[in-house]
Amino acid sequence: MISLRIDDTPVQAKPNWTILTAARAAGIRIPTLCHLDALRPVGACRLCLVEIRNWNGRLVPACATPVQEGLDVVADSDRLASLRRTILELLFAERNHICAFCVSNGHCELQDLATELGMDHVTFPYRFPALAVDASHAKFGIDPNRCVLCGRCVRACSEVEGAFTWGFAGRGVHTLIEADLGEPWGQSTTCTGCGKCVQACPTGALFEKGKATAEQVKRPALLAEVTERRPRA
Amino acid sequence: MRRIQVLLCSGTACQSSGSERVKRALLDALTAHDLLPEVQLVDTGCMGPCELGPVLLVYPEGTFYVKVQPDDAAEIVIEHFLKGRPLRRLLWAEGAPQPHEIPFFARQRKLVLRNCGTIDPEKIEEYIASGGYEALGRAVTSMTPTEVVAAISRSGLRGRGGAGFPTGTKWELVRVAAGVPKYVVCNADEGDPGAFMDRAILEGDPHSILEGMAIAGYAVGASRGYVYIRAEYPLAIQRLEVALAQARKLGVLGQRIFETDFSFDIELRMGAGAFVCGEETALIASIEGRRGEPRPRPPYPATSGLWGKPTLINNVETYANVRHILLDGPEAFASVGTEKSKGTKVFALAGKVRNTGLVEVPMGITLRELVFDIGGGVPTGREFKAVQIGGPSGGCLPSSLLDVPVDYDSLSQHGAIMGSGGVIILDDATCMVNMARFFLQFTADESCGKCVPCRVGTQMMLAILDRIVAGEGKEEDLQRLREIGEMMKNASLCGLGQTAPNPVLSTLRYFPAEYEAHIRDRSCPAGVCPNLVRYRIDPDACRGCDACRRACPTGAAQGTAGAPPYQIVDERCIRCGACFDACPFDAVRKEPR
Repeated sequence: MISLRIDDTPVQAKPNWTILTAARAAGIRIPTLCHLDALRPVGACRLCLVEIRNWNGRLVPACATPVQEGLDVVADSDRLASLRRTILELLFAERNHICAFCVSNGHCELQDLATELGMDHVTFPYRFPALAVDASHAKFGIDPNRCVLCGRCVRACSEVEGAFTWGFAGRGVHTLIEADLGEPWGQSTTCTGCGKCVQACPTGALFEKGKATAEQVKRPALLAEVTERRPRA
Repeated sequence: MRRIQVLLCSGTACQSSGSERVKRALLDALTAHDLLPEVQLVDTGCMGPCELGPVLLVYPEGTFYVKVQPDDAAEIVIEHFLKGRPLRRLLWAEGAPQPHEIPFFARQRKLVLRNCGTIDPEKIEEYIASGGYEALGRAVTSMTPTEVVAAISRSGLRGRGGAGFPTGTKWELVRVAAGVPKYVVCNADEGDPGAFMDRAILEGDPHSILEGMAIAGYAVGASRGYVYIRAEYPLAIQRLEVALAQARKLGVLGQRIFETDFSFDIELRMGAGAFVCGEETALIASIEGRRGEPRPRPPYPATSGLWGKPTLINNVETYANVRHILLDGPEAFASVGTEKSKGTKVFALAGKVRNTGLVEVPMGITLRELVFDIGGGVPTGREFKAVQIGGPSGGCLPSSLLDVPVDYDSLSQHGAIMGSGGVIILDDATCMVNMARFFLQFTADESCGKCVPCRVGTQMMLAILDRIVAGEGKEEDLQRLREIGEMMKNASLCGLGQTAPNPVLSTLRYFPAEYEAHIRDRSCPAGVCPNLVRYRIDPDACRGCDACRRACPTGAAQGTAGAPPYQIVDERCIRCGACFDACPFDAVRKEPR
């Protein structure tokens, strides 16, 4: 076992754990968005940034940083809270997250995080991009206006389903999630229609057709349930 | 009997100004005078003074000709090669000085560029004649890997890619890392605007990189190396390919090098031109065939790099230093430079400076020496304003900091970085806000989009700067820029996002008045930002030639031919500058509004 401190609490961790795993095992909450159990960590959303006191106060993503003996981790501080609120604000300003019109209203991870972290208004100018919805698939739809580019769908599709339908296209603020290198989703020849991407999506970007807002409750934990039942190699 | 040797620069800069045509014309002229047996023409790598190209250096005298055109060839052959007197009008300076007498060269100290401009980069024999592959031979036959790493550590060499990590420490981390196979990677994804150091080394002395990588392979226990080079460098790629083929043929790469048990070979990987692929983890992803995006570190490539294996990644210039450390000894290398920054550094001088081009100087030289003694200062009629060092990750230093020594620590202490070595000199006609905006536009375009702070933060800063240069800035914008900048520095995933605010933060630090003028007075003191300038015709200088009226797309420039002065109606003016460019008498004036 490895010993470290998180928010001045001594924590024991297995050598292959990340700081996030160790924190959760010790009952310490660290907000996450791009992280999902069963998927490889990418450290992209930066909401789980924690401060390492004995690395000169460097900020690292808890989800992707392996534990080390003697780490002195700050997971909750005014500095981190303000940083996380700013990151959420940037996400809200980036695309069109208008909860009142969204199928995920009331069960959206982005919305929940805003509530939890006290992000009650956006001080950045909204960018209001006009992005086309793809409703060509028989069962599902994708609305990039609500996408936070966490890549959970991409990883669910490649790492759990093994279909490799989803990928990133473009770069920077123009990045989009695309099926089969830009085909309409409904014409994808690789998509198995399993819906794991939809369950993995933290917002209303990926949704099931024919379901009302109240019914559109996602089960991101499904991914871990699926992989844990698989025989280990 | 060869009595004259002509070194003809065939770097990219001289090629674009026509060195190939000059070469053909020289060959024609030599043939016409039956001089081919007596005069040897050698294509070399970059000699440095790129703005003066095509350049050629004639030995044995060491006569340096600049801006040579094909039409000059016959005259050079007759006057110089036949009659034996230098062609005065093409000399760099009066009195036919030798290169070491010209200030541009005299203040330089060439180590990694020593072969650039003196040997033919496509001939391995010339490289070997200059001591090439001797260091590799020495390393594999008479040194242990530990001894090689120790020599690099003792030399004090630090990574030339920008961050300045101690090279010996990095090599040792990979050497002791568990896992096989190990890989050696050369980062040749040079992408800073205005930087062309690595390109010149690869074009002018490709074998020095291959040798450095092979020595590194021996030291860390790798048998395979990759050069990740941008596809926009076709000449460098071609010369590397030639060099690789020659090195394999002579057995300095491949199986059982120097008849030892050490085997090492190198492959080229072409990058598609994403700036972020210069970041080591993104570079690894790109070599592996994945989307060029960085990943969080740790784990560092030294323990988990290419295909999850221990990987050594160094920059081109870092590898180019390696053979000199082994040949001259680490102590000799460490005798040059400052306490914490050893050796030399290659800089690409660009912008408003008389001698643009490539220079190599000892670490610790002051910015003043770099810009004025070597660079020749700002061209006549303008004042020096600032030097932008380190590219889009770097910062701007004002004239009050010209005596800062050029080393890793001094530069970062003042808000700039050594970076890869791009140095852009700015004169008083440069608007610092507009310049910061330019670099931020670059990083915003090049952000991969993976992490939120960089992807959206660059856009938000850019939006504010767009507003300021348009004359619509608000008082609180400056504080906002600082806040977003600090957030990006701390929270971004990789070096691109962490350093992207630097051009803005450093100009805010040293040129706050310029931002304030844009915001409070709606004025651009340098007269650059289109919305904040006004065009006016000087009635005394106007001759009524009608050129401005014909150039003006909106009818703002008005007047009657032959009846000066003309006028510009400000309300109709869209500030395109067409009249300014068209006026043959400099009567159109650009003024802050």
